Amino acid sequence: MRAVPPRRGAAVALALPLAILAALPALAADPIRIGVIAEAATIPGAAIPNGAKLAAAEINAAGGIDGRMIEIVDYDNKSSAADSVRAFQRAVQQDHAVAVIASYTSEVVLALEPWAGRLKTPMITPGAASDLITHRIHDDYEHLKYVFHGYLASTQIADAVCESGKELLIGVMKAKTAVVLSEDAAWTIPLDAEYLQCLPKIGIQVLDHIRLSPDTTDFTPLYNKIEGEKPDVIITGISHVGVQPTVQWAEQHVPIPMYGVSSQATSSTFWKDTNGAANGVVFNMFSAPDVAVTPKTIPFAKAYQAKYGVTPSYAGYTAYDDVYIFAEAIKKAGSTDGDKIVAAMEQTDWVGTIGRIQYLGKDDPFTHGMKIGPGLISGLMVQWKDGKQVTVWPKEVAVGQMAFPEFIKLPQ
Amino acid sequence: MLALQILVDGFAVSALYGVGAVGFTLIFGVSGVLNLSHGAIMVVAAVTAWATAGGLGFGRYGGAAAGVVAGFVLSFATYLLVVRPIQGSKAIPREEKEIFVLTGTLLWGIMIQEAIAYCFSNTPKTVLPLAPGVMNILGVRTPVNEVLTAVVSWVAIGLLWLLVNRTRGGKALLAASMNPRGLTLLGFEMTSIHRKVWAIYGVLAGIAGVLLGAFLGVSSDNIGTLTASAFSIVVLGGLGSIWGSLLAAYVVGYLETLTAYLVAPSVRTVPVLLLLVLVVYLRPQGLLGRR
Repeated sequence: MRAVPPRRGAAVALALPLAILAALPALAADPIRIGVIAEAATIPGAAIPNGAKLAAAEINAAGGIDGRMIEIVDYDNKSSAADSVRAFQRAVQQDHAVAVIASYTSEVVLALEPWAGRLKTPMITPGAASDLITHRIHDDYEHLKYVFHGYLASTQIADAVCESGKELLIGVMKAKTAVVLSEDAAWTIPLDAEYLQCLPKIGIQVLDHIRLSPDTTDFTPLYNKIEGEKPDVIITGISHVGVQPTVQWAEQHVPIPMYGVSSQATSSTFWKDTNGAANGVVFNMFSAPDVAVTPKTIPFAKAYQAKYGVTPSYAGYTAYDDVYIFAEAIKKAGSTDGDKIVAAMEQTDWVGTIGRIQYLGKDDPFTHGMKIGPGLISGLMVQWKDGKQVTVWPKEVAVGQMAFPEFIKLPQ
Repeated sequence: MLALQILVDGFAVSALYGVGAVGFTLIFGVSGVLNLSHGAIMVVAAVTAWATAGGLGFGRYGGAAAGVVAGFVLSFATYLLVVRPIQGSKAIPREEKEIFVLTGTLLWGIMIQEAIAYCFSNTPKTVLPLAPGVMNILGVRTPVNEVLTAVVSWVAIGLLWLLVNRTRGGKALLAASMNPRGLTLLGFEMTSIHRKVWAIYGVLAGIAGVLLGAFLGVSSDNIGTLTASAFSIVVLGGLGSIWGSLLAAYVVGYLETLTAYLVAPSVRTVPVLLLLVLVVYLRPQGLLGRR
């Protein structure tokens, strides 16, 4: 045996116990890291890390994933796709996240999609809606199978709004005509296309279709134009704008009700930010703080409110579910390997806060999108009423009826 | 009908632009400072009004007053923490001071913007309108608050006019904006004049911020645009000319409103920028500029 030189021997003698010391806790409780990339300074985005952390805390309190704790590493993407890509790379390569929950902005998710493929890291979006997210997975399954859609696609959301419209728009409001008003963004392209198809099908004539720039601050000219066209209702598709159009609608007493998708309205922060101008706004959600969509919905909303002081935005519910879904998949896969997690995710059958979650297969055009329908996930319509979000549709779960502020003139 | 609507809306927007730009131009005229944290001061005033009116229970008037006070305090802080140290610094060569002040106030504005986004998120905030409800002006349904915006703006501008033309201290300000050296020769202390002008500016920016917050709502993301719009108005009117700024505020306000109504709201600012390029090219001193 060759003698070890004295100095190197000392180094080895010192290094060995240190290495063992360092390795020990890693063996005992090496945490499983999940990256969360979100728009921290926005109403919908702020709820994403909050919801995820709540789920992680619950899972950890119950013993983690086979004894390993979940650690949420969160990154503020400042609503920028470039920042998100950097955050994704950092999450995977430096911080060793095994899965990522990302963003409510379709443009951001579309930019991250190829990176999930390149870095073979499972990613789910709790809030982006563009149909392209799942269509791309369908078209390039081998590369993009790591991406899952944790929220509904725009087309499905528009369909949910139209479905509710049969009862609320036609039945209750007696509306016959509408103007579609939505923000110019990736997610509203399929949304608007579907609105324009499904509204006439339920008996509502679309008089005009307006796409507004998300930079708009003065909405008076738009409301003026819409009022001139005399529609019975404004069908909305807004997410990145919300406070200003709502406040100006109320302040200018625009006499036409707003109905549709208004993502910012999904959090209780919205009431405060609009000084109550949100009163009467009707918006789509798939879970609400007052409806037991599943036995988990209300307890989650309550726990969230207790911890953060506001109700979660729609993306808070889904981010919470997504952590559980990842945890289940990792447990089932018995591994943190990306491909194995994906295989387990595809078998998901999880009752979360927004319904029973299963993903569509690779042959469906909405690959890795959520299955919708009775018993799975179905839409709700919620209305802001005197400071509270009140579910008004469907009838089986409604806790109140639609009512509008005085300045609104419903068709006779 | 549409013409009336444009007339009414354009008037309120222009009045608001006017009160925002007058303070900006006053500071430039008197002390040669282009304050690029202007938008940030306006937004802080609006966010303060929003937060104190609702969260702290100050109510709509208390909140508005708190917003104006915030504008005043922040304007003074800008002067004392950013502008004065640069002006008084011996390390910075005289001829480079202007560019240092420009950079200093720009960075200060960005710091404030980040701070607002961090504390209150970049979601727009709307100040409780001073007067709720709508009224009918020649058949145009106008929010009472919009009328009030125009009225308050013009009262503020009127008071400024009285101050500058009818009081001794005010006359000194006006003189300082015309010939600072002459004023020093007459024994006036320039530092105290600077302090006064920043105080007046703070109140005007505070009022403009609160009114804008109640009229359209503001977000920390608007800070750059607000500074740029005050800057365009002031360049258009002639740097340092108060009446030029007011005139330019109305040109910009009506041009924007016309574009928003007749073309599309998304290209609202384009014609103004084109006009600005033209003015800088053909009449660099601005509409009513002296130098």
